[in-house]
Amino acid sequence: MSYRQNIQLTPEKNLKHFLAIEGLPRAVLMKILDTAESFSSVGERAVKKVPILRGKTIVNLFFENSTRTRTTFELAAKRLSADVLNLNIAVSATSKGESLLDTLSNLEAMQSDMFVVRHAQSGAAHFIAQNSPDHISVINAGDGCHAHPTQAMLDMFTIRRHFDDFYPLKVAIVGDILHSRVARSQIHALTTLGANEVRVIAPKTLIPVDITSMGVHVYHDMQQGLKDVDVVIILRLQKERMGGAFLPSMQEYYQTYGLTEEKLGYAKDSAIVMHPGPINRGVEIASSVADGPRSVILKQVTNGIAVRMAIMSMTMGTAGQGASA
Amino acid sequence: MTTHNIEAVLDDMADKLMAMFPASSAEPLMIGIHTGGVWVAEALHKRMALSEPLGTLNISFYRDDFTRIGMHPQVRPSTVSHDIEGRSIILVDDVLYTGRTIRAAINEIFDYGRPGSITLASLIERDGRELPIQADVVGLHMTLEKDQQIKLTGPSPLALSLIGGSAP
Repeated sequence: MSYRQNIQLTPEKNLKHFLAIEGLPRAVLMKILDTAESFSSVGERAVKKVPILRGKTIVNLFFENSTRTRTTFELAAKRLSADVLNLNIAVSATSKGESLLDTLSNLEAMQSDMFVVRHAQSGAAHFIAQNSPDHISVINAGDGCHAHPTQAMLDMFTIRRHFDDFYPLKVAIVGDILHSRVARSQIHALTTLGANEVRVIAPKTLIPVDITSMGVHVYHDMQQGLKDVDVVIILRLQKERMGGAFLPSMQEYYQTYGLTEEKLGYAKDSAIVMHPGPINRGVEIASSVADGPRSVILKQVTNGIAVRMAIMSMTMGTAGQGASA
Repeated sequence: MTTHNIEAVLDDMADKLMAMFPASSAEPLMIGIHTGGVWVAEALHKRMALSEPLGTLNISFYRDDFTRIGMHPQVRPSTVSHDIEGRSIILVDDVLYTGRTIRAAINEIFDYGRPGSITLASLIERDGRELPIQADVVGLHMTLEKDQQIKLTGPSPLALSLIGGSAP
């Protein structure tokens, strides 16, 4: 996997592409969080825009549907004064038979500077980064079951705003770990940033067999798994993935793993509740918890704009410096 | 240069500013530019006994050399009181050189609202302007060689050091 570790950074260790948390040193993650802190004040001003990417063209290449991620990327790009193209490839050129590389060549010919890529195939953003010219930066907005690194960074930003420091924190991620690119990126980010303990809580069928190699502790019981945690991250139960024999029923999942106020009581009194959205009320989380005082779910959305502004501006700042070999 | 001298220079700058903004007129809003400008502004703010908190500007997102050198390694948030509409602003920096920092700072201020006026105060004014910008209140004037830089260290004590050049 060494190619994955190198392509994201320039020889000077600056961010060139942002494809996965894996392979990025703690210093780079901290710089993203610090830069995002500066950008978050831009959203509170009369003019919510800075000129830093004026004249740059950013293409949102979404091969898979997404509303929240695409709109916050679009808003982030616009607040940086970049021009944004939204391409919904699912209903566009590829359905007319054009190959991915031909689509990319056309977008390059339109003098684009950045591709923000979401794709159902793991590794798609990486492939596009490898096949794009030097001046183009690629950001992964979610690829298959592999990674969703900007979501993980906005979650880290939200956690740091509440706790300042990662070292003492115990974090539990609850739900479909097996299919979740968000969970993978979160685990890499939390371990890189030095969280005290990362736990995953799910039925056996929804936990990948090799998960402990990522440095997490596995629980199948909410009472044990949530004991003493500072952060509870609830994952969406992806209904579209439930065709197989992963779960007996939604109702039973809610009974056992749905975050109710009663189950939240097992965590620390100061614990916050996070969810990457969209939420399924009454499936993985109770409405009273999602709308409750310990929920930071909507703050995550707001923070997503500043974090994406930070990542976009950091990668564009290295335009022309090339990736390391 | 001794710290004692800088204190005297700051006293003099504060006197000049207070003469420009007498107590009878509306109180100006002071904004310092990160990092050295904030230190100078803190000193002036204290001397002028201004009642409103000092604003700070981080002009990293307004720089004109971003595509050449990328994001500044240490970006800090700007903190500016939200009602700058119609206010008299004293913008403070440590060294006025090319004028590009001030250009960026003025652009950023206008993204918070439309100020009534902006007055520029700089601890040091050196030669080498590349834009038509000048300071209204200056602590020290300096002429340096092109490869020389004057740098303010602080915040306490504030001290000046000369970097580069053939001069001792």
